[in-house]
Amino acid sequence: MTQTPHISVQHLNVHIGNQHILNDININIPDKKVTSIIGPSGCGKTTLLKSFNRLLDNTDGVKITGKVLVDGEDIYAPDAEVTHIRKKMGLLSQRPYPLPMSIYDNVAYGPRIHGIRKKQVLDELVEEQLKATGLWNEVKDRLNAPATRLSIGQQQRLCLARGLAVGPEIILGDESTSALDPVSTSIIEDLFISLKEKYSIVLVTHILRQARRVSDYIVFVYMGRIIEFGPTEEVLLSPKEELTKEYVKGFIS
Amino acid sequence: MRLLKDKILSKLMLVFTLASVSLLLVIGIGLYYHSIPLLQKSSWGELVTSSVWKPLKGLFGFYPFIMGTLWVTGIAIVIALPLCLFTALYIVEYAHARIKRILVPFVNLLSGIPPVIFGVWGVLFIIPLIQKYIAPHFVDYSTGYSVLAGGIVLAVMIFPLIVSIISEVLRTIPKELKDASLSLGATQWETIKNVALRKALPGIVTAVVLAISRAFGETIAVLMVCGNNAVVPNSVFDPGYPLPALIANNYGEMMSIPLYDSALMFAALLLFIIILLFNIISRVILTRLERKLIG
Amino acid sequence: MKRRKLEELFFRSLMVIATVVVGGSFFLIVGTVFIKGAPYMTWDMLTKTPGGGFYIGKEGGILNAIIGSLYVAGGATVLGLIISIPVAIFINMYMDGKKFLSNTLRAAFDVLFGIPSIVYGAFGFLIMVYFGIRASLLGGIIAVTLLVIPILVRTLDEVIRTVPLELRDAALSLGATRWEMAKVVLRQIRPGILTAILLSFGRAIGDVASVLFTAGFSDNIPTSLHEPAATLPLAIFFQLSSPVEEVQGRGYASALILTIIVLGITILAEILIKKFSKHNI
Repeated sequence: MTQTPHISVQHLNVHIGNQHILNDININIPDKKVTSIIGPSGCGKTTLLKSFNRLLDNTDGVKITGKVLVDGEDIYAPDAEVTHIRKKMGLLSQRPYPLPMSIYDNVAYGPRIHGIRKKQVLDELVEEQLKATGLWNEVKDRLNAPATRLSIGQQQRLCLARGLAVGPEIILGDESTSALDPVSTSIIEDLFISLKEKYSIVLVTHILRQARRVSDYIVFVYMGRIIEFGPTEEVLLSPKEELTKEYVKGFIS
Repeated sequence: MRLLKDKILSKLMLVFTLASVSLLLVIGIGLYYHSIPLLQKSSWGELVTSSVWKPLKGLFGFYPFIMGTLWVTGIAIVIALPLCLFTALYIVEYAHARIKRILVPFVNLLSGIPPVIFGVWGVLFIIPLIQKYIAPHFVDYSTGYSVLAGGIVLAVMIFPLIVSIISEVLRTIPKELKDASLSLGATQWETIKNVALRKALPGIVTAVVLAISRAFGETIAVLMVCGNNAVVPNSVFDPGYPLPALIANNYGEMMSIPLYDSALMFAALLLFIIILLFNIISRVILTRLERKLIG
Repeated sequence: MKRRKLEELFFRSLMVIATVVVGGSFFLIVGTVFIKGAPYMTWDMLTKTPGGGFYIGKEGGILNAIIGSLYVAGGATVLGLIISIPVAIFINMYMDGKKFLSNTLRAAFDVLFGIPSIVYGAFGFLIMVYFGIRASLLGGIIAVTLLVIPILVRTLDEVIRTVPLELRDAALSLGATRWEMAKVVLRQIRPGILTAILLSFGRAIGDVASVLFTAGFSDNIPTSLHEPAATLPLAIFFQLSSPVEEVQGRGYASALILTIIVLGITILAEILIKKFSKHNI
């Protein structure tokens, strides 16, 4: 871990209502690597992920303290610009949620919002991102069809293309393959591996084998705390902490 | 013995259920039956397109009343829809839980206020407002009793209905879908405009259709403020005479003039049919919407 | 960037303004009625029937209308309950596996709910003509009962559906008949029934169009079902059409009385609904 971190979390605490969801989180997410957050369900993995692009802001009764530095800039600073922060990160959620519009408009949605109006530029962008996610050949003849007509696996890749179209630096994946069939899952996994050349990737997953296949680093979260963080092989094969050992062996789930 | 009791009670309940449901049919038939004397004299087409209303000469033209109803309802929807849409958006998308807890009960309380109180409020507040402050900017003279007054009062009456339906529909939109738009760097309003409103459109249409059918039938509050003049209104400051007001205002004389009772029952039949149609339309949209959400 | 922020701010302000207008309209209405009605509120209004010359400004009160309204709304709610409880039970418990039918029935009651009260009034009038009943307390109760049946059925139906299916199955598996199970469920939903009663009573006491043809009007408190009965909304309406200022003022005071009664009922119902839904979660 010699390179500078892309996301640096310092003393992050998240309360929702009376519940202390995240407890004094400190972590540095490395640049241009795949980092997986693992842990039993309900441990705060997803909350941690969503704190990176301030999607927690709209939750009722939420209280966030501490710092999250992205490229050295604190995103929870009072003068931070939310839309600008979110634009830096593409989110891929558990199930694909295509916007209620055509395939083309889904990909063009982000760029349009950020002021790109020229048809030619948009056309190129859409083609580029659909090719990057391997969808181009499957949909190029029906770009104006509603996005909901695609298969679930295709929809998830479309959502990835939609996220990439705004030119993010980081990709956040929230159990992005849990609703997909094995073939689509492996397509998405391969995409993650190839995308890390250009992006830093943070994934939430509860499938240890998946974490092992795709990630360079692993964070183990348990009951709102970070228990262990390190290179994949180290954490999974020779964990230092007792809790991690038990989880990896399958005692805690 | 126990089983017999169960069987008897079950049959009894069936009878009660069928009886109350068949009310729908019985009302329609009853009103139609009493409209027959009028319908024998003139056709449906004549009745709804003629503007001559002279009960003593046996001339019954419902056109002014239908137009009165349409004006009042139209004004009410034009006023209420944007206000309610923005209110529902605020309640669902922006307001903190604490504000929501305060706001929602007031909308419910508003729906509990009886029509006649809305009428009293219209007379005390809206009529002077129009007469003194609004109308003078547009026309030479207005008493205030106008389709505009009826429309405003009606708009306030349908606030709770529209707000509650639209908020319910907005709440069914998955948070993840909105998150998807937000995480692309869209502002909250852009997310609402491009995603939430698009998804909620059928629900909004349903709310409007139901509100229209509610507004069509509202009687006393409108009757108290809209002037009740049997001519077709030409501007919002003209008085109008909606169908329900016609029925309510003339029940006293209906037995003393020939065919008059039949004419009033025909007016009720018209209302019944229109509202039946609108309710069925909204139901069809809603079931389609539900199917879409499941599928 | 700046334009987008302005757009956000603009529409957000619009939403706040709209919410203030919609929420504020409640206070505007209640406030107006209170300010205009309070000066004319007297003890006599609540405790006396109209004396001679009441309608030209002489003494008296609207006790006749208050009692009349309570009779009509009370009678209609009781009658409505007797019909609606079996209907709601039937739809929920005697139609296992016939989802299409029960949904059709629900839709029919939704449509009935949408029928305006003036149509119920006109139809009630037709029933009275058919059976030769004069405008009377009985006529009013019949018309208003028709009006509240859909309200009661819909509310009860919703409440019964909150009873966990496991509870019903548990009762059935113990060998209970459906009617015995229904009794268990009815005991479960007692607060819900009370809510339905309040909603129906509140609607019934405030409605004019249904009693206009059917209940008639009288300065005396009705002593039998066949006498005409005054109702509060109608009393307000009549007093307001008077040219005498004093009478109009008393109309406002009557409006205030009705508002307070109905608000009391609605608030009580709201509290009950909240309690009930908490109880179930």
